[in-house]
Amino acid sequence: MHKRTLFTNTAIGAALLVGALIMVGYGFGPAVLRHYRGDLIYLGLRHGYLVAVSMGLALAVGLPCGVVLSRPSQRRSAEYWMRIFTIGNTVPPMAVLALAMVLVGIGDTPAIIALFLASLLPIVRNVYAGLTGLPPLLLDTADAMGMSARQRLWRVELPNALPVILSGVRIALAINVGTAPLAFLIGASSYGELIFPGIYLNNNVTLLLGAIATAFLALTLDQLVAGIGRLMSPSGIA
Amino acid sequence: METLKQVLGYIGHNMPYILGLARQHLMLVGIAVGLAVLIGVPLGMMIIRFRTLATGVLGFATVLLTIPAIALFGLMIPVFSMIGQGIGAVPAISAAFLYSLLPIVRSTYTALTDISPGVREAGLGIGLSSWQRLRWVELPLAVPVIFSGIRTAVILNISVMAIASIIGAGGLGTLILHGISQSDIRMLLTGAVMVSLLAIGMDWVLLQLQGVLTPKGIRK
Repeated sequence: MHKRTLFTNTAIGAALLVGALIMVGYGFGPAVLRHYRGDLIYLGLRHGYLVAVSMGLALAVGLPCGVVLSRPSQRRSAEYWMRIFTIGNTVPPMAVLALAMVLVGIGDTPAIIALFLASLLPIVRNVYAGLTGLPPLLLDTADAMGMSARQRLWRVELPNALPVILSGVRIALAINVGTAPLAFLIGASSYGELIFPGIYLNNNVTLLLGAIATAFLALTLDQLVAGIGRLMSPSGIA
Repeated sequence: METLKQVLGYIGHNMPYILGLARQHLMLVGIAVGLAVLIGVPLGMMIIRFRTLATGVLGFATVLLTIPAIALFGLMIPVFSMIGQGIGAVPAISAAFLYSLLPIVRSTYTALTDISPGVREAGLGIGLSSWQRLRWVELPLAVPVIFSGIRTAVILNISVMAIASIIGAGGLGTLILHGISQSDIRMLLTGAVMVSLLAIGMDWVLLQLQGVLTPKGIRK
């Protein structure tokens, strides 16, 4: 576990170093950063807003949904729902964005709806997979100790399913942060507002700033969730 | 209802164009995943022999996958424009290739490490050389798992390629982009539905193929 963390950190360090080298290669130092500081901060906040609201909604809906679907009373219909969710999961985020625009129009609302839908399915799927994949022995032990269904869920099932749930949250977050720049296309501002004009106007400076800022945001949030996971996971589970 | 009629009319009138874009889409994904298989599968086999490399390679690939597609394109455009290929198919295929590496390398690695020691020893027991064991015992058992990695890579890249139309690589994303900029709901819906159907359809086809490729002895 420690070895993997070390390598991941090294890889992130290397990625940031490459980003920094490309920046220096294109000749922008402190002056350019100072020039774009206002944009970077404002767009970062806008990007963060889109991600936070849509991710918050996805968690608020996805976690209970996954838990409900994994209950024994729902097993039969759950199989059916999960099949639909798996199909829904293969739908590209770009298509979800386009459909949201058709239904709701342009602006922040369709962007948030699209991001919410794109990140909802990985969360539900992993909560369900994490809870149903637990060894039966564990559940039997909880029952034998006289735990009620609620106690069993909170004290045994959820803590043990945490690694799987968390990896679903990380997948959803990566999709979410990565799709948010595309929301530029339907009129919501994010770091896409630096990337797209950069591509269209052949301006490598804004292009790189936007791309590096997006990548940085994605990596930071991912590591943050991973860190929270390490803090939350009970010591009994490796 | 009216919209549906319009969309169907649009599809009817532009059938060859839409199918052409779908073919282009699949071709770009095919090239990227094909290259990733050629490099990823041997890489996966190699890092089993050199365990220290495994954490490094897999860690690097995981970090790479966290970098959003549009950001990766953004990082590649300046680099590829040095050789005059800044936008178009080259950066799109390169990005898709990088994204495919993780699922393919990881599935190859886990498939080969998960083979039970008993099976390995049985191969040794009947006097197979290490190459023969790889060819006749280990690879056939690993194929279904490797193939599921390839399937993940294909589905992932169908959605990456939908974004790649922004940097001029073509594909079905073109319909979505033009639909947005021209506020043309027909194009927008056609593009979104076509690219979704492509992903769902390919997922199904590859799942069937995975079943066919699974050796008879280990089919469920």
